Amino acid sequence: MNTIILSAIFGVVMMFSGIFIHNRSAYKHIAAAALLVLLVFNVSEGNGFSLINVDVKYFLHFEKFGLLFNSICIFSTLVYVMLSGKEIEKVGNNVAESYALIFFVLCGVGIVTSYTNLLMLFIGIEVLSIPLYVLTGSDKRNLKGNEASLKYFLMGSFSTGILLMGIALLYGTAGTFLIEHNGTRMLSYLEALGLVLLFIALSFKVSAAPFHFWTPDVYDGAPAVFTSFMATVVKVAGFAAFIRLFEARTGTMGSQTDRLIGIVIVLTLAFGNLTAVFQQSVKRMLAYSSIAQAGFMMFAIFAVNDTAKEGLLLYAAAYCLSTIGIFAVLAKMEDMTLEGFNGLAKSQPLIAALVTIFFLSLAGIPLTAGFFAKYYMLAAMVKTGNYIGLVVIGVLFAAVSVYYYFKVIQAMYFKDGDIVLAPVTSGFKYLLLGVAVIIVVLGVYPNALLSLLYF
Amino acid sequence: MTTVLLIVVPLLTGLLSFFIKEERSAKAWALLSAVVTLAISLITLFQHGSSVSFDASWLPMLSSRFSVSLDGMGKMLTLLTAVSFPVIFASTYNNKYKSPNAFYGFMLLTQAGLMGVFCATDLLLFYFFWELALIPAYFLCSKWGGEKRIAVTFKFFIYTFLGSLLMLVGILYVNFKTPGHSFAISALQNLSLTTGEENFVFWLFFIAFAIKMPVFPFHTWQPDTYEQSPTAVTMVLSGVMVKMGVFGVVRWLLPMFPNASVRMADVIMIMAVVGMIYTSLIAIRQDDMKRLIAYSSIAHIGLMAASLFTGSAVGIQGVLFQMFAHGVNIIGLWIVVDVIEQQTGTRKLSELGGLAQKAPTLAILFVVMAFANIALPLTNSFVGEFLMFNSVFQRSVILGGVAGISIILAAVYTLWMVQKIFYGELTGKQNYEINVPVNTQLMLGVLVAVVLIFGVFPQPMLNLTNDTVTKISAQIK
Repeated sequence: MNTIILSAIFGVVMMFSGIFIHNRSAYKHIAAAALLVLLVFNVSEGNGFSLINVDVKYFLHFEKFGLLFNSICIFSTLVYVMLSGKEIEKVGNNVAESYALIFFVLCGVGIVTSYTNLLMLFIGIEVLSIPLYVLTGSDKRNLKGNEASLKYFLMGSFSTGILLMGIALLYGTAGTFLIEHNGTRMLSYLEALGLVLLFIALSFKVSAAPFHFWTPDVYDGAPAVFTSFMATVVKVAGFAAFIRLFEARTGTMGSQTDRLIGIVIVLTLAFGNLTAVFQQSVKRMLAYSSIAQAGFMMFAIFAVNDTAKEGLLLYAAAYCLSTIGIFAVLAKMEDMTLEGFNGLAKSQPLIAALVTIFFLSLAGIPLTAGFFAKYYMLAAMVKTGNYIGLVVIGVLFAAVSVYYYFKVIQAMYFKDGDIVLAPVTSGFKYLLLGVAVIIVVLGVYPNALLSLLYF
Repeated sequence: MTTVLLIVVPLLTGLLSFFIKEERSAKAWALLSAVVTLAISLITLFQHGSSVSFDASWLPMLSSRFSVSLDGMGKMLTLLTAVSFPVIFASTYNNKYKSPNAFYGFMLLTQAGLMGVFCATDLLLFYFFWELALIPAYFLCSKWGGEKRIAVTFKFFIYTFLGSLLMLVGILYVNFKTPGHSFAISALQNLSLTTGEENFVFWLFFIAFAIKMPVFPFHTWQPDTYEQSPTAVTMVLSGVMVKMGVFGVVRWLLPMFPNASVRMADVIMIMAVVGMIYTSLIAIRQDDMKRLIAYSSIAHIGLMAASLFTGSAVGIQGVLFQMFAHGVNIIGLWIVVDVIEQQTGTRKLSELGGLAQKAPTLAILFVVMAFANIALPLTNSFVGEFLMFNSVFQRSVILGGVAGISIILAAVYTLWMVQKIFYGELTGKQNYEINVPVNTQLMLGVLVAVVLIFGVFPQPMLNLTNDTVTKISAQIK
């Protein structure tokens, strides 16, 4: 509850601070401080401290998983703001608004990680999405950004419509908006249709194929700083919403949806990975890679067991931190193509080494958090007993992903070029180093994060 | 506890090495570290039981433990690793590298990974070290290699990484099927899988090992990578890293899937023997020394792969012995290649000739190494290859006979190489003196001594690995 309330308040505060404070670089610090407070309150809620006690029994239910997910999202946002604050300042005229929107997104995250009611799911998804439409188009004079924003808005509206239709059908058959149902039985047609519609709408939000077509254009068109935010925090929050719904529904669905989800996983992995291979722009490659990563996270939705939930947490942390780190560097570069990375290791050895760690983590190489993230996903799949074929397909595409991630590493280390990089402060470097350390620590000892789930 | 030191010393010194910018200190530091590791490894030879094992909690949720332990095979391979690195560092001491701190750092990290692979008795830990050995090797080859290094190393990396990932699926599967979901080697040996499952998982593991070894038809990355890598790295790859694949089969594959190993034995032996003949024939046609030795190495590894699956104690004994012998011999060959390349600027047989007149000592040392490569009696390879051929013959006379042709072919290409490089007329280009550095000569001398000692007196090595052989052959009966 703390997160939802505080992030809404902070959002409003940030908006008004635009009127009173005119120093553009001050917002970053206010936002960082507010995020820190948010993080503290979110963690303390896990220990039983709540700001207000209202009965939200039939709407929201706060448990460790959701709260830990919030913590990961808030922490990632904090890292994101600290790393990319300078770039956020450069976009658009009203910087304070951008921060306000980021806080509203976090409010949405707080809702979708803890809902027990389909209406709350709907509200959460909307609170999450609407600020993003604005952020995507926040660089008003950029035509590509405008196009992306409009496209995102239109597609998003349709998917919301589909979501609502699904909710309506479920309500029609069950007579309740609650997501909990007990007992295995054959789904009625309407119920099945409702679930499929919900599945489609959520797949759209997390950009799973074949509902991903908006992703490359929007991620590529939006300012790089906001792509970073959309591709990470927002996407994993979508998965939190996803797994809550499917976890509650496993009783009724049983294995009836296995094939549907299986097909979506294979399509997502295939499309994301194979298209990413051919990209010249690193930004666009990362957009496709985010689809590919979504494919891997879909394994959790397929398996829906404890391992899957643990894995999703780990995946969220690994994926968010790595991607935010990469985008923080990318946003400072003039040339966002592969050639732009040529020779980075020569001019900025530390940054190049850290970006390498981030890419290794995305590729799922051992000793990085990304390895255990993928490991848990695959382990969750194996635990379901059947469908080992899906696991093999998963690792085959993981091998494909190495190809395009390593192309960037090759460019940085083994090719020469004149790199144009905006000036970096030593604070930026240390922070980036800190993120890399977290990734490596989680890669050697993932229990550091997962034990929080049980204690 | 000493076992942990084998991993920790190269790991920490490797990480520290990145901060030693000055070339001479970086080299000295790496050599010092390698010598310390060698000393520790020698100590382990005289330790038994609990003093060479270590067990600590690592990932309780996955019931994976940080557990390392050394049996005879582990001791032998850690010794090989520990011997190789000082020899490699010392014999290439005069080579110049760009950013030497990173070069030696990555080398030591590779060593840490290799040591971990040979010590681990927890399957997930094994996988971890398996990858830890690969990543630094990738950077070493891509940064300090030859002209085509980037594409070639990338192929190598993708190939082996794909293999590792398939193995990861296999690991997940056996872990899931093991009572208590354990990764411990003792638990995994009591797997009960259906025939179909066992066959399937067997291949997941075997492909990973086969790519690493490499066994025909998974070998295509190997000649290119050996050719393009800096010679010091080629020594690590061929001398030690390929043993990871063979080791994996003996340590994990045979005990976990004894029945599938028997079922698949014919297929794999045929693959291996075809590979032996095929790569030997290619070796004869090579002009580049590095490629020639690379193909010859595939042929030798092919014999190991074949005799691993004969199911006889003699075969496995031979493989274990030959792992050490092959490591020593091939490093010796590479040292000579490196000297010749550094001094004459070429590796092409067609551009070389008559070097024996300029460097008689080098010629003598190289000839001994070449004889070991053909497995002539009195060299260490003779013992290993004899045991291995023996086991292959016992299983199938036809396969044994075909594999036997590779001995003749080995003599053809090796002696051809010796003759082209060291004898005959001095070619017009060779108007220079060849000064073989003292350290290189010394290291070659040490290796030649090892070759001859174990060729005449192999029993200590056979005794060392005897416990492993007994255990494995009991399990696959």
